[in-house]
This record gives sequence, C-alpha cells and structure tokens, in this order.
Amino acid sequence: MDLAGFLVQLLNGVQAGFLLFLVASGLTLVFGIIGVINLAHGAFYMIGAYLAFWLTGLTGSLLAAVVVGVAVLVVLGIAVERLAIGFLYNRDHLQQVLLTFGLILVLDDLQRLIWGSDFHSVPVPAVLSGAVALTQQQDYPVYRLFVSAVCIAVALGLFVLIQRTRVGMAIRAAASNREMAEALGIDVGRLFTLVFALGVALAGFAGMVAAPISAVYPGMGDRILILAFVIVVIGGIGSVKGAFAGAMLVGIADTFGRVLVPEVASMVMYGVMAVVLLWRPQGLFGRPA
Amino acid sequence: MIALGSRARAVLAACAALSVLTAFPWIGGEFYVDLVVRLMILAIFAMSLDLLIGYTGLVSFGHAAFFGIAGYTLASLTPAAAPANLVVVLPAALVASALAATVIGYLSLRTAGVGFIMITLAFAQMLYYVANESRAFGGSDGVLILFRPELTLQGRPLLDLEDPTVFYYLVLACLAGVLLLLRSLVRAPFGRVIRAIRIDDRRTRALGFATGRYKLASFVIAGTLAGLAGFLEAAHGGYVSPGALSWHQSGLVMAVVILGGMGTLYGPILGAFAFGLLQDQVQDWTEHTGLVVGLFVIAMVLLAPRGLAGLLSGVLSGALSGAPKTRERPAAPRGPR
Amino acid sequence: MLTSFHSRPGRRRFLAGAAAATATVLAPAPFVLARPAPIRIGVLLPYSGTYAMLGTAITDGMKLSLAQAGETLAGRPVEYIIVDSEASPQQAPQNTRKLVVRDRVDVLVGPVHSGVALAMAQIVGARGAPLMIIPNAGADALTRELCAPNVFRSSFSNWQTGYPCGKVMADDGHRSIVTITWRYAAGDEIMGAGAEHFEALGGRVIKHIRVPFPDVSFQAHLSEIASLAPDAVFAFFSGGGAVQFVRDYAAAGLKARIPLYGPGFLTEGVAGAQGEAADGIRSTMHYVDDLDIPVNRRFRDAYRDAYGREADVFAVQGYDTGTLIARSATAVDGDTSAVGDMAAALEGIRLEGSPRGAWQMSPAHNPTQTFYLRDVVDGRHRVLGVAAEALADPATGCTLA
Repeated sequence: MDLAGFLVQLLNGVQAGFLLFLVASGLTLVFGIIGVINLAHGAFYMIGAYLAFWLTGLTGSLLAAVVVGVAVLVVLGIAVERLAIGFLYNRDHLQQVLLTFGLILVLDDLQRLIWGSDFHSVPVPAVLSGAVALTQQQDYPVYRLFVSAVCIAVALGLFVLIQRTRVGMAIRAAASNREMAEALGIDVGRLFTLVFALGVALAGFAGMVAAPISAVYPGMGDRILILAFVIVVIGGIGSVKGAFAGAMLVGIADTFGRVLVPEVASMVMYGVMAVVLLWRPQGLFGRPA
Repeated sequence: MIALGSRARAVLAACAALSVLTAFPWIGGEFYVDLVVRLMILAIFAMSLDLLIGYTGLVSFGHAAFFGIAGYTLASLTPAAAPANLVVVLPAALVASALAATVIGYLSLRTAGVGFIMITLAFAQMLYYVANESRAFGGSDGVLILFRPELTLQGRPLLDLEDPTVFYYLVLACLAGVLLLLRSLVRAPFGRVIRAIRIDDRRTRALGFATGRYKLASFVIAGTLAGLAGFLEAAHGGYVSPGALSWHQSGLVMAVVILGGMGTLYGPILGAFAFGLLQDQVQDWTEHTGLVVGLFVIAMVLLAPRGLAGLLSGVLSGALSGAPKTRERPAAPRGPR
Repeated sequence: MLTSFHSRPGRRRFLAGAAAATATVLAPAPFVLARPAPIRIGVLLPYSGTYAMLGTAITDGMKLSLAQAGETLAGRPVEYIIVDSEASPQQAPQNTRKLVVRDRVDVLVGPVHSGVALAMAQIVGARGAPLMIIPNAGADALTRELCAPNVFRSSFSNWQTGYPCGKVMADDGHRSIVTITWRYAAGDEIMGAGAEHFEALGGRVIKHIRVPFPDVSFQAHLSEIASLAPDAVFAFFSGGGAVQFVRDYAAAGLKARIPLYGPGFLTEGVAGAQGEAADGIRSTMHYVDDLDIPVNRRFRDAYRDAYGREADVFAVQGYDTGTLIARSATAVDGDTSAVGDMAAALEGIRLEGSPRGAWQMSPAHNPTQTFYLRDVVDGRHRVLGVAAEALADPATGCTLA
C-alpha cells in the first residue's frame, strides 16, 4: 500500500469510527449513569433508520425527518423506561439483559408490522450530495465528511452537557451516589428517565444520519449492537472518552483488516478486544473493578 | 410436615414426568416425538447455562459458542459417505467445547459483571463470524451431516441412531444423566463454593477459596454440557449452521433458564418445555412470533422474576399465598463497599 | 381406526396427529373419497426477514398459475400449507419435517435461501418423497452432487447467472477485472463461473475481493478497487447489499471510470432504490421485466390484476413452479402417492408458456434456459440482447445426468 492509499484508508477508518462512536456513546452513557445494560440499543438504531426513511419520504427533507424522528425516539425512550426498564434498577444485570432481549424481539417485529420487510434507501440531501476528488481514481462523498462533523459536534455536546451544565452536574451526582443526590433534592427518577431517553435518542440519531450511507433493512441493528459492545468493552464500560477511543480503534482496525488480511477481516476487532483485555481488563479508560 | 409433603409431591411430579417421557414414543406420533427430542435437547442446553447463571452467578451471554462448536465438530468429523463412530465423535465434540470454554473462560473471567456479559457475547460472536465466513465450514449456508453417528463394536452396530425411537431414548438418557450429574455437583462441596461465589465472591475468596479456579471449572463444565446439547442437536437435525453460534441462540437459552427458574435443577427443563412449546404454537398461528414471544419474555421478567419454577414451587408447597417470599439474593448494593 | 381418514389432520391436535401418523405408517392413506381430498402443497418460504419480498412474490406467482388452472388439479382442490422459513437455515430441518411428516404434503415448494435448500433437499431426497420444487435457491450442489429423482428446480443455478457475464465483459473489450462479492457460497459460485469464463476468453482477474457476509460497509473495498484500477468490476450482492454497493460505487466516483457488471441480481428488484446510481449497469439474467413476448405481457397483466403489483423474476419462478405442479399432478390423474410417476412427468419437460421464454428441464432437474443481456435506464431494465442461448448447468457430479 502506497502512502496515498494508506491515507485514504485511514480516512475511511476514522470516518467509520466517528459513526461507531455515535452508537457506542449512548450505550456506554446509559450504563455508566443508570447502570442499565441495554441490548435493544441496536434495535433503536434500526428504528431510527426506518424513521429517517419514512419521515424523509413524508417531508422530503432529511433535516425535518431528524428533528421529528428524535422527538419520536425521546418519547419512545421515556415510554420504555417508565413501563419496563424503570422497574429493574435494583435487580441484577441478568434481568436487564433478558428484558431488553425481549424488547429486541418486539421492536424487530413492530418494524416489520409498520414498515414491512423491504429494504430501503434514503437519498442524500441535495446540498450534501457532491463529492470531492480524493485521488485520480476516487472521489469522497461530501455527506460522509458531513457525518463525521456531526459526530464531532455530538461528542462535544455530550461533553458540555455532562461536564458543564446543571443537569450534567445532577446526572453525575446521581450516578455516583443515588441516595445522596436524592437527599439534595434531585429528582433521580426523572433524571434516569431522561438519561435513558437520551441514550435511545443517540442510538436512533446515529441510525438516522447513517441511513443515507447505509441501506435501511430489517435486522440492521444486530451487527451495530455487537460492534458497540466491543467498543464499550475496549474503551472501558461507562466511559464516554473510552467509547471514543474504542470506536476509533475499531473503525481503523476494521478498515485495514479488510484490506490487509481479508481472510480474517471480521475477527480483527475481536482480536483487538482480546489484546486490550489481557493488558487492561477494565478497558482503556475504565476504572479498575 | 409441609416440607415432607412438598418433597413427596416434588418426587411424585418428577416420577410422573419421567414416566410420561419414557412412554412418549409409544403414544406420540413421529412428529411429536421429534418435537420432544428438540425440547429435551434445549433442556440440556438450558441446564448447562443454569450452572453458570443460576449457581455460579456468572452471566454468560455467549453460551451458544459451545453449543455450536460441538455441532461443527461432528460435522467436520463425519465422512461424506458414511456415518462417524459415536465413540470417537462424541468425546471429540465434548473436548472441543471444553477447550473453547477453557480459553474463552480464562480470558473472560478477567472481567466481571457487565464486562463479563459483553465479553462472552463478543467471543461467541467472533466464532460466529469464523463459521459464517470460512469455506471449510460451509459459510453462511452451514454444513449438512448426512449420517447420524453410529455406535459399533468391532464392526457390529449396537445402536442405530437413525431410528427415531433409539435416538429419542439416547437424548432422554442424556437428559437424565445431566440432571443427575448436576444434582450431585451442586450438592458436593464444589456446589457450595460456587453458590457462595454467587452471593459474595470477595468473602468466599477471603475464606481461602481460589474463586477464580472454581469459576473457571464451572465455566468449563457448563461449556462441555452445552457441547453435549449442541452435538445432539446437530446429529438430530443433520445440519449445523452459524445460527447455532449466534447471539440470538445465546439470548434464547438465557430466556429459557430465567423463565423456567434459575438456580434450580428442574427450572431449566420446565422452561425449555414451556418456551419451546410456546414458540412452536405461536409459529403456527402468527407470523409475528417475535412480538408474542418478546412480550411474554418482558412480562415474565417484570411479573415473575423467579420463573416458572418459582410459581410451581409455590403450588407444590401449597403455600402460594401467605408464605413470606424469600429472596435468596439481596440486591447488590451500589456504590463503594 | 387404522382406516380413519385425516384429510386434514389437525395442525396442532396432539392425539389426532399421533393417530394419523400411526395410520400412515401402517397403511398409506388412500385418497379416494366421496369428495376428493385436496392436494396439499407445502410452501416453505420466507415471509419475514431480508427475503420476505421474494417469498411473497413466489407464492403469488404460484397461486396465479394454479388459479389459472382452475384451482383444481385432476379434480382435486388445492390446499396450501404455508410455513415461514424466516430464511434461517437453523429452523429448516424442523420446518421441513413439519410439512413432510406432520402435514404429509403432496408437493413441497421452497425455499429461497440456499442453506435452507441444502437441508431440505437432503431430507426430501433421502425420503424419496414428496415431490419437491425449488423456486429460487441457486446453490449449484442442489442439481449437482445432491440431485435427487424427486427434487426439481424451477429457477437457476448460481453458475448459470454468473457464467454468461464473463463473455459479456470480454466482448465489451475489457482485459482485466476485479471481482467483489460477499464471502459466502453463492458469491463464490457466481463470481467463480463468470471469472472462469472471462479468463477462458483471455481476460485477467486482478483480484477477488471478498466482503464479510452480510456486511454493507464497502468504503475500504472501494478505495482498494480505485487503487487497483481494473478495466471493469464484476460484482454480486443482493437485497440491501446491492442497493448499498451500487450507490457507494457511484458516490465514490468509480462508475464513471470503471464500468460495473454483474449477475442480474445486482440490480433486479432494487434498481428503483438504487436510483441514478444503477443507470448503465450491465447484467445477465434469465428474465427481464420488459421482455417483449406475448406470454410475458399476458402474465404481467394477469399478475397486476390479481395483486395490484408489478411481477418480478421471483413471481415468474413461482409461476413456473405452479405450472410444474399442475403438469405433474395431471400426469398421474391426481394420484399424488405415485411420486415416481409425478417426477417422471417432469423429466425433460419443456415449458412453452413461461414468461421468461420457453425452457427445458435438464436431466439434472435444472432449467436449461436463455440468459439475456440487459442494462438499467431510469430504474427499468432494458433488453440489449441474448447473452447465452439455452444455457445448461454443467451438472458436475449429478448421478441423474
């Protein structure tokens, strides 16, 4: 691989990493703050993609679809937390795993009921449909660069929300000591509902912005969920910073794996994960257990 | 008096269940014998997982890995034009599963809690991709096993597993064998230690037990028994595909264990029969199996966290109402200890 | 007791099913009744998951054909017993047994997925009954090593869909190609056939790129193709993968520089979703929507009237499946217990009335058929000519051939 080829592939890897971070951040956030392991995260990603497809068809604009879609997802997240997840905070992870597993089965079937089993695609918004010349042979779609920018914006937004705002302060307080936070007058129940809904919205948002560059089809959340798990384990469970590092590592390793060792490409990231765990069982940015 | 009564009733129920299962090939049709074979295999699979999640407190979300490995071992050791020898392939399949469980268990046990859940899942998924993409293992199409293994002694066939009745009794014997094995295991000192680990790993370690070794041993035993189930399933269906290793499979068996009642010996068997029959029924009257099964799973988690065994033990002891509910396991305290 | 008739042994009644099964074992159920018992057609196709649209189209096509035959076959009404295969190989043996053992179907139709087909064909082939017709699955082995007297295919072999394309690329003057597909059996079989033909005609395959199945992130591979700079790219993906690949290929600016070829499934049924990106892609296929022959026009009108949708290649395969069932049942005058005679009626049968143009059943039970060359213009396929006339699968290893 020459230098130009290397740089192009690096760009591909980083771009993939940004999108993965968007998915993984919601998963790690929900776990880090409210201690819930949400297997249905990938299903929400899929629902987001379908919402983008459906709403873009209705409104003709991806932006409008994203705005409405995020609102729908927040409502969905609140409903799920209120009706099911909320009862499990004091139960062990096993029950959460099972409940969210059941949720996947339900969401997958609902998706089929509402949108059918056909695969769809979402058009890239006209403003962003151009491409920039990368090499003599290849162009790079502007929309992919735009997605990366959006991911960076979301990462910064999350950082500001959690580290710099009052809500963020309350969230951090509730995460580290629920009783104390309650004693200080923070409505922890409502806060947790909010955080869960935020996680759902992040997953769905990722599905929405990914829709124009990845076909919309049943079961598309499965693979992304497993990837998000790997990223979260590598980065350290509950750490948003870790999710970012993990996503980059996985995105780049996967891209180069495909080109350099195609025979074992889909195992490369698991190899990375095993190595990281042997070296640091708590993950790159995790606190030791 | 009540204790004796409930025990007697439990023994009675077990005997009744066993006699029905023993007599079933004579009363059930070919299709239903086939169905019960599948349910019994699922029961073995679920019991093996229960040793981990119910007794040792290790939530493995990659248990299908060992189930699938055994199936693939049988597939790759079965010649194209002749049956394999049971005496060779069964141990080979179990050893393969045990080896995989040792490696995966060793690495995964470096983490705990949610980390453990995720990493076992990731390892199983990795094996799924190996099977899904390697041409040697048939890729996503899977591999056919054209002949069930046979048991021969000096060239003379002893057991013809192609005969559905013979196969049925082989699976029934395996089910009974696994039940007895697990029963003696959890009653032995080993069982007390793993249960202690589930309740409090640190204290158990403080008492001088090398908990890591116990956990690994439990993981390997569970993986091997899952291999037995996977072997039987592959021999039964004549077919193994990456689906056997998939996380849906791991999730389903986990649902079976919890719905049946984890930390009990007969709970997983109950769960397997209830869940398997439910799925089979639902498949017949709606396309939307996932919706029905999923809602059922969610409802069970919310309403009956102790599973069917919990409900049934209430009935058996005649103390469904009025008796104080004992929670064996207190909610894990959050925050620093 | 033993002569009890269970023309419809309760789908779910435990003891009734048991009794019926016992009855079959001891005395093959006679079909002669005052009111003729229905001919039971077991259908194992996906109605959910990725391949759901294919399952629906095949079923509709088959039903249309049998409805045109008057809903009765040799005086017996037709009854469908439909099982969702969910395209999951895992469930295949169990679902097949459900239909064959419990419901005792007279004809088995299915599936779409090759893995499912391999499992089904093994079970049905080993039992010697019932008659099985595969309306889509392309795995070469089905009509090669695994071919069986009672198993027929009304669609295509993977080899057939890829082979003609090799010549098309060579004829278009390309000297070097890169192949790209998923790392799975169908991909290997289709790409292998096309590449082999291309090399036999003097071309060179620079690289075979294989993407993990069923992954749809193609960006890294597109960069690789760009740096290899072949004359043409020979690609196969289906469903969502096809949509994604064709769109990404165009978005990376490759389409204008390196022409894209493929088996028909690269654009079939997905050209609309691919949009402009699909324009100009050349592919080979055994059917084209706009095929201008009277039977095709009549078929498409009838299908549109019946279902309010446009027919596609899968509907055609289903339609031909229905024709095969009707011919075999008529040949034995409705006595579906004579599986051997039913199969014999399909040996070498020629379907003049197929919407895809007349084709003939090969000795290995696979259609010997014409492959058309087509391209896409504004989301529709246009016939450019014939890529291969009466193309037969080599049927290597089939004991029937």
